[in-house]
Amino acid sequence: MKSGSKLERILQAGHFAFTGEVGPPRGCNVQALKEKISHLKGHVDAANVTDNQTAVVRLSSWAASLICLQEGVEPNFQMVCRDRNRLAMQADILGASAHGIRNMLCLSGDHQVFGDHPQAKGVFDIDSIQLLAMVKGMRDDSAFQSGGGIDEAPKMFIGAAANPFAEPFEWRIHRLAKKISAGADFIQTQCVYNMDKAREWVKQANDLGLTEKASLLMGITPMKSVGMARYMQSKVPGMEVPEAIIRRLREAGKQNVAEEGIKIACEQIQEFKEMPGVAGIHLMAIEWEHRVPEIAERAGMLPRPEV
Amino acid sequence: MIVADKKPIEEIVEEIKDHERILILGCNECVTVCEAGGKKEVEILASALRMYFLNQGREKNIEELTLERQCDSEYVEEIRGVSDQYDALVSLACGVGVQFTAEHYPGLPIYPGVNTCFLGATEHRGLWTERCQACGQCILARTGGICPVSRCAKRIMNGPCGGSSNGKCEINPDLACAWQLIVDRLDSLGRLEEYETLSPVKDWSADRAGGPRKVEREDVQS
Repeated sequence: MKSGSKLERILQAGHFAFTGEVGPPRGCNVQALKEKISHLKGHVDAANVTDNQTAVVRLSSWAASLICLQEGVEPNFQMVCRDRNRLAMQADILGASAHGIRNMLCLSGDHQVFGDHPQAKGVFDIDSIQLLAMVKGMRDDSAFQSGGGIDEAPKMFIGAAANPFAEPFEWRIHRLAKKISAGADFIQTQCVYNMDKAREWVKQANDLGLTEKASLLMGITPMKSVGMARYMQSKVPGMEVPEAIIRRLREAGKQNVAEEGIKIACEQIQEFKEMPGVAGIHLMAIEWEHRVPEIAERAGMLPRPEV
Repeated sequence: MIVADKKPIEEIVEEIKDHERILILGCNECVTVCEAGGKKEVEILASALRMYFLNQGREKNIEELTLERQCDSEYVEEIRGVSDQYDALVSLACGVGVQFTAEHYPGLPIYPGVNTCFLGATEHRGLWTERCQACGQCILARTGGICPVSRCAKRIMNGPCGGSSNGKCEINPDLACAWQLIVDRLDSLGRLEEYETLSPVKDWSADRAGGPRKVEREDVQS
């Protein structure tokens, strides 16, 4: 075992993993955070805790991860390269591990111009691939990035993000390979809507033997409305929403559009369950945490296995 | 070259409004090429300032001069004989020239007339774009001759990030994704396999992170 996290144990036992996501509040509203977490409890194996997502200041991801842990949901502590240099990153990794956080996801982070402090200086001391290698070095070699020794190494199951839809498509898979060779134990993808491209990408990952080296969790976000679908199609960098999805949502009618969105998500989850090389689902029900139990049930993900 | 852009005239007016005898000092190097602080821009700024103060009913003595460089003592010393005729100086050189001139004339207030922007190239007249961040440790040999430090919005050493779309950067659809350019260039050089190599963590101590820098060459010192 690398960290002994529940997510690692689930994957190692060969179960199809199911992770969720929690966005910390824009303030100290712990009650609101606990409410979101309560919907995930028992319905997911772990919950990603986002780190100043979309470059907007929120309650810090390690602090929210700690609350998540206390509330009985295993956190997947997200860390972006935008806001911390290598000193702060390593300090937070040690702190998170010391508090019992056992999974982390290493990300570049959305550029600060998109957020609520567009005049901020982006740090980007190291990139997400170098972060993966740094965490692995800390865990496996008890060594800081500088090479100096660590007095009791942190225990982390290390995750990376992948976007099968960003350009250049033919080179995306090689960047995934780089992330895995740098140290990623598991991969969570960007939200998938274009299933043709996702199939092709998973096949490429299988062909390169990547899915044997790291566990692949495919990202799913149910659409709540046609407006949301249009927004994701045109405004979210690196997101690909086929017209067919938008047509299906529109044809469902205003009353049933959310239901149709959940139906599409469940169909996708079904297909991924059968797809060789896919080890689980990462469900990002953005501001829709209360629907997670229903989605998990309908997608046949319950009950979650005990490991 | 060092690329600069003109400051708004209102900002310069605010800087010099309490002075009476002002020298507008241009530079014949980079800022001339990027049309921000050469002889021509000195003339235009001086005329505009004279006009502005005349309209305010305040006649000021505003004179013009352009030096070969403002980053070399030899040229900066050329105004030694006339410096006491002025009670302020507006330098249209880059930030280097402004400071170097100030160092030579401790009693003379000096104001910047341009914003120094970056190290870049002239794509065509009127369009200058960044190419180098003077990080002090060039990695272009590893990246197909295209610099991710100056041209990637996140300075990613192992790109592209998830925000690259149709060859463009997530922060601006007019901005090329540096890593798309790198991949394309490695491809055209027949060296795509180099993309597989993990780029190590960068030593930023040679960059500004290490404090103000200097290059000292004993072999050329006399």
